[in-house]
Order: sequence, then structure tokens, then C-alpha cells
Amino acid sequence: MGVEICVEGLTKSFGHQVIWQDVSLTLPAGEVSVMLGPSGTGKSVFLKTLVGLLKPDRGSITIQGRDITRLRERDLYEVRKLFGVLFQDGALFGSMNLYDNIAFPLREHTRKSESEIRRIVLEKMDMVGLLGAEGKLPGEISGGMRKRAGLARALVLDPEIILFDEPDSGLDPVRVAYLNQLIVDLNAQIDATFLIVTHDIASARQVPDNIGLLFRRELVMFGPREELLASDEPVVRQFLNGRMQGPIGMAEEKDAAQVEQELAQIDEDGPATAPAPRLLPGPGITRPPRWEAIARREAELHGTGVTSP
Amino acid sequence: MRLSPTGALRHSGNLFAMALDVVRSLPRRPFQAREFIQQAWFVASVTILPTALVSIPFGAVIALQIGSLTRQLGAQSFSGAASVLAVLREASPIVTALLIAGAGGTAICADLGARKIRDEIDAMQVLGIDPIHRLVVPRVLASMVVAVLLNGLVSVVGVAGGYFFNVVLQHGTPGAYLASFTTLAQLSDLWAAEIKALVFGAIAAIVASYKGLTAQGGPKGVGDAVNQSVVITFMLLFVTNFVMTAVYFQVVPQRG
Repeated sequence: MGVEICVEGLTKSFGHQVIWQDVSLTLPAGEVSVMLGPSGTGKSVFLKTLVGLLKPDRGSITIQGRDITRLRERDLYEVRKLFGVLFQDGALFGSMNLYDNIAFPLREHTRKSESEIRRIVLEKMDMVGLLGAEGKLPGEISGGMRKRAGLARALVLDPEIILFDEPDSGLDPVRVAYLNQLIVDLNAQIDATFLIVTHDIASARQVPDNIGLLFRRELVMFGPREELLASDEPVVRQFLNGRMQGPIGMAEEKDAAQVEQELAQIDEDGPATAPAPRLLPGPGITRPPRWEAIARREAELHGTGVTSP
Repeated sequence: MRLSPTGALRHSGNLFAMALDVVRSLPRRPFQAREFIQQAWFVASVTILPTALVSIPFGAVIALQIGSLTRQLGAQSFSGAASVLAVLREASPIVTALLIAGAGGTAICADLGARKIRDEIDAMQVLGIDPIHRLVVPRVLASMVVAVLLNGLVSVVGVAGGYFFNVVLQHGTPGAYLASFTTLAQLSDLWAAEIKALVFGAIAAIVASYKGLTAQGGPKGVGDAVNQSVVITFMLLFVTNFVMTAVYFQVVPQRG
């Protein structure tokens, strides 16, 4: 049913370089959250810290009452079974074909028979639209397929939490749209907690319940989608509008005077852009109550039908 | 990359910690038999041919040196004894060390390093699988087994090469060469060499795995890791060889 992740005062640095400090947020159970941020703000580091691959300097990450920053290695491996992670390039095992890759967690962790494994693997491959590519090696398929195969492998143990590391990087806009639809469909189907790390604004506008923004070694904001899309915070607005004027510079940040000047130059284009319509689970997906409520709200806001054609 | 005065110490510590982790993971079930067999086969396949090809000239050089030395000293009857002793005691562990580190270790390091930079190792950990238990332990065991077998191979090929050069090329007496085999060498020399090979195999595989699993910085990082793993392994193996030889002379009484 999804699990809540509670992050308190998390700080991470490599040597003297602080990556981010004092990050506190709660990822609500079963909801989709997006973590935005300019390149190089440690989004991937944040993700790796969440699964315990990196140890933070300070702070806690609580999942099901356990602080995973203080767990022993052996317990950590247990907690990780709650997670499914989609790495940037899929991180498939290069020496195995797709079928074996996706079957790998089942073979390692369960005592299921080969026929049952086959059933589960084919079901997940069908979910991500990869049926027929079982025998291919990761080196032989496109980046988009690798990502979907990585997603299928992440899904195979029925995780409670799914983390996506830049699911849209290196994909063309059409594939990104398909992948976003897949993410929304999955959330409606399996009800797990989703965290997507990305810098793609279009996805961030359409997909999540919550948005967070990492910048200048801090979590600038974390909250419901509408709130962030309507926010007047300069960093948030610059990022969501993808423009040059604002606090975010080419090399991380600009000096304050220049930012003031630039902000003054922008014609105040009214309140922040109206919230884009949310992506809803496709037809044929039975919607749990949570998504029914979201769909009703969207229909009221935008006056569209329950599903977009 | 930053240089820090404690860097070398920290790496030695981490390397040692990983060696301990490997020892601790050894008895853990299920044993990765499939991976072990695959790796043993793989390490053997990359080392056997070069080992055989290196040991022939190695045995020949020893035979040539000893042949002319014994002739100068008028002790031709000892040339067989001396060359067997040299091959068995020193040449075969050293050749094994060079090959297991140079061919086996680099292959292990490059393989694990490539997996590391493609996030495969992270993915494995996230899937709840300990790479030390799943990947490193089978590789260390495979490398140890293959090292022991290689040592046997080097001894046989080295002695045969020595015989060929002494008897055929330097016109030594075959009977005298064979008869003097056991005047200096003894069975415990062979055991000591096999134990050395076992330890060398373990060290080479652990260093290679450590360097592979800590590779970072893209494809260049893997290249650097392989390079460092060979250098570190060679240094460690030669020091270990010296220490083990010194201990051996203290523990086992010598002939003659």
C-alpha cells in the first residue's frame, strides 16, 4: 500500500564540499513526488542516500519506524527489498539477457519455481511493453528500452517504494510522454510511493502530487504540485519557466545584484503559469479511490472529461 | 582527484576491511557455485596458455645459468638438483604470481570496474544482494584454486624446459640430471610453493576486486583501477613471497 518516507535534517558532503544540508521532507505514502533541481545539485546523491548506498553526515531517514542511516549492513539489505530503483541507464546486468535480468531478483530472493518466475517476469515485461524482447542483451537495445527493462526489474519484487533517477534523460519527447503515462498508470495499479528525480519541467508539471526543488545546497521548497506551480519564489519560478533571468546561473549561482536587476527586467507576467492539467491513468486501468478523487478535481479545474483522449 | 596524506592509509584500511568481509562472507549460504565455476573457468582460460609459454623460457634460463655455473665449479652432477630446486622453490610461485595478477587479476578488476561505473553494483545492492558475497567471494576462491593448479603447471613445464635445455642443448647427461633431482629438493618445497600460490591467488583477487568495486570516474576510472590493481598486487605479492620464504626456511629443516 506504499510506505511513507520521513527525511529529517539530512546533510551530505564529500570532503569539504557540501552537497546539500538540512533537507527535511516527508514523501507521503502512495503518492508521486518529483525532486527537481539544476544539474549538479546532488539529486542522484539524494536518491542514493535514500536507499542507503551513501551514508549522510547528519540527519535521519525513517521508513516503517526504522532509521536506515543507522541500520547495520545486514538489516539494510532487508529494508532495501522494499525499494525498487530505476537507475539512469537502467543499470541492467550486461552479461544477462532481459529475461534473466528481470528474473534475477526473484531467483536470488524467492524460492519460486521457474514456471512461476516466468509468469511474473512476462507480466512485468507486458506492463512496460517489452514482450517479445526477452532474449535481447542490454547492449542490443535502445536507451528507452533499457530504462523500461530496468523498471520491470525494479517492479518484480512488488516494491513499496519506487525511485526513478532521471527517467526522462536521453529520451525523445514522445518516449518521455509514454514513460510518464506508464509511471502514472503504475501508480494507479500498484499504489507504491514514487519519487522521481529529474530536471524535466514538463514531466514535473503533469505527473506528480508533490514537487521539491533542490538548489544551492538546500531544499528550496517541497509541497503539493499546485502550490509550487503557483509559487512566487524566484528560484522556483525561474526553474519551472526554464528561463535565464533569476538566481540560477550557468555556474550554479549568480551574485545578488545581478539577480535583482534581472528580476526587475522581467515583465511581471502575472501570477505563475496556471497549473497544467494532470496526467491521469489511461483507459483500461482501474483507478483506486485516490485517483478517482484526483480525476474529479482535474475535471472541475479544467472542465475536461475524466480522461483525456 | 585530491591527494591527502591519509589517503594511502585509508585505502589500505579499506582494502583490509574488504578482505575481512570476504572471510566473513565465506561460510554464508547459499554458496554461489555457478559463479565460482564460471569464474574458475574464466581465470583458468585467460592464464593457462600465457603461464605455459612463460614457464618454458623461465626454466630454460635457469637451466642455462646453472649449467654454465656448475660446469665452472666442476659440479655438473648437481645441475639437475639445482635447477629443480630453483624452479620449484622460486620460479614457479613467482611466475604464478605474475600471471595470476597480470592476467587473472586485471580481468577481474576490469569486469567489476565496468559493472561499477554502469551502476550495476549499486543496482545489485538495491536489489538486496551483497556484491561481496555474490561476486567477490566466488572470484577469490576461483583465483585461489586456479593459482594452485597453475603452480603445478609451472613446476612441470619449468622442469621439463630445464631438462630439454640442459640435456639436449648443453649436452648434459640425462641420467645424472634425473638422478640428482631429489638431492636438494624435497616434497615440502612443493607444498610450500602450493601454499604460496594459494595466498597469491587470494591477494590478487581481493586487490583486483577492491580496485574494481571502488572504480569511479567513467571508463578512464576503470583503466586507472586496473593499472593500480596490477601495481599494488605485484608489490604485495613480492613482499609476501619474501616473508613466506623466510618463514619457510625457519620452519622446515633443509637437506644437505
